Amino acid sequence: MKPTSWNPDVDVAEWTGTQRPYDIIKEGTIAVVFVLIVVLTLSFLFGSPDDKPVTLKQWSNAAPIDFATTAFQELAGTSGVAQYGAPYNNVPGTGQKIGPVSLVNLMGVTIPINAAADFVLRPLGTQTSVPTVTASLATWQHASATQQQTWLTNYAKHLPTAIRDSVMVVTPNDAGPVPSLIGGLTTMAQSGALDNALLSNSTSYFSTNYTEPLLFLSDGTYFAGLASDKHLAGDQWGMMNETGSFPGQAWLWLYTFLYQVSPYSTSSNADALVWATMMLLSALVVFVPFIPGLRSIPRRVKLYRLIWRQHYRSEKH
Amino acid sequence: MTDPRIERQWTTRLRKRVEGTFPPEKVLPDTQPSYVASWIYVFGVLTLAALVMVIATGCALAIMGPTWWHVSGLGHYINSTHLWSVEVFFFAMVIHLWGKYFMAAWRGGRSMTWMTGAVTFLTSIGAAFTGYLSQTNFDSQWIATQAKDGINATGAGSVFNVLNLGQMLMWHIVLLPLVALGLTAVHVILVRKRGVVPPFADVPEGVVA
Repeated sequence: MKPTSWNPDVDVAEWTGTQRPYDIIKEGTIAVVFVLIVVLTLSFLFGSPDDKPVTLKQWSNAAPIDFATTAFQELAGTSGVAQYGAPYNNVPGTGQKIGPVSLVNLMGVTIPINAAADFVLRPLGTQTSVPTVTASLATWQHASATQQQTWLTNYAKHLPTAIRDSVMVVTPNDAGPVPSLIGGLTTMAQSGALDNALLSNSTSYFSTNYTEPLLFLSDGTYFAGLASDKHLAGDQWGMMNETGSFPGQAWLWLYTFLYQVSPYSTSSNADALVWATMMLLSALVVFVPFIPGLRSIPRRVKLYRLIWRQHYRSEKH
Repeated sequence: MTDPRIERQWTTRLRKRVEGTFPPEKVLPDTQPSYVASWIYVFGVLTLAALVMVIATGCALAIMGPTWWHVSGLGHYINSTHLWSVEVFFFAMVIHLWGKYFMAAWRGGRSMTWMTGAVTFLTSIGAAFTGYLSQTNFDSQWIATQAKDGINATGAGSVFNVLNLGQMLMWHIVLLPLVALGLTAVHVILVRKRGVVPPFADVPEGVVA
């Protein structure tokens, strides 16, 4: 027989030695019963976390200044979402890159969000029973873009910072209908009406799409503050944590770890770089049987001698 | 005499191929090689058992819908069993994966067995992630708003919107479980077909290293 090449990390001499009894059905049954007992016991002892979701109503009542400031940023187009870029809107200079390629910009705007219209003006348009809001909305919509910008600039010089008798204290300024619009949206949010208005923006009746309320919520500091209190912020390894002391997605440890270290932690393309790294590492795991060096580690580390110690011990005798 | 028309039928061909590849003693073996004697082998079957629990508890939650567990003591307990099934599933699967790595379990034409297992692991991460997004509580809100930036940066966010609860729930309970279960089935079939990888041994006679 002609000798053939042999790679110990690829080839194996198939087993022709002894066999021992093996009851696969019994093994499977015992495993299921064992896991069932473990799961029922852990569930009984520890349960599972369930912190209530945050609503715009809760936010606007608990932190009206933060809400009103965020609402103004949405109207002025300076909020995080308004300046996000794809897939929500077209903002020059945005879009993370891997080298010269921006995948998000290649995909373009597929979930269009106009922060001023979607988060402020359209919801206020549903408040037809509030004359001051209706009048302010009409004033805003009939003004020129230059006039609107002047009002926004003037309002920004004196952003409300205090509440008196449950009403925001607005310094008199030449901001046109802006104080009324922001005050109207805050009042609307405090009543709970804004939660439903944003949820139904994209559909006529049914909706399971929370894109708009979640984007609005994430633009303020209230939501992030609550998350930080629950040790869920990014610099607290938040992606793999769970509320309370429950184990979260521990299997995301490497993904979360990358965000904590340079160059990822300091890069403006951190998300794209972390994902590219994780995709590369995942590909290495999947294709390890074909990667010289990586597939030789088990043979060189020799941990297999511990795993098959009975086999190697019996070979000696 | 066999009818050649029957022999040419797709059904006949498939049956004969399955019978040849998977004789009953391979599908339901009553013996195994003597070297299969280590606690590390337990984690494969524990992963499968935990997957059974994940599916069963998920189906139990599905009966009353995605928000029932917030208002029902029984629902909350079933949600807890779903959570802990997932934790046990990943715990067992990660140990199984590392164990198989250090056994170089891809040897002897078993590379597809390894790859289907590795892809199942990655798919399971996606399934668990969409589950966290489908909790309809504070955690799901926060994870969604944080995860969007990473997924958007890849371009995938334009079609995979983590802020869309309905979309994430469908991925969690239909698409990703189908993929994970399909891959698991292929993985187990390959294990039965190829058998468990033998230990590292000396180079057999007749070959050159």
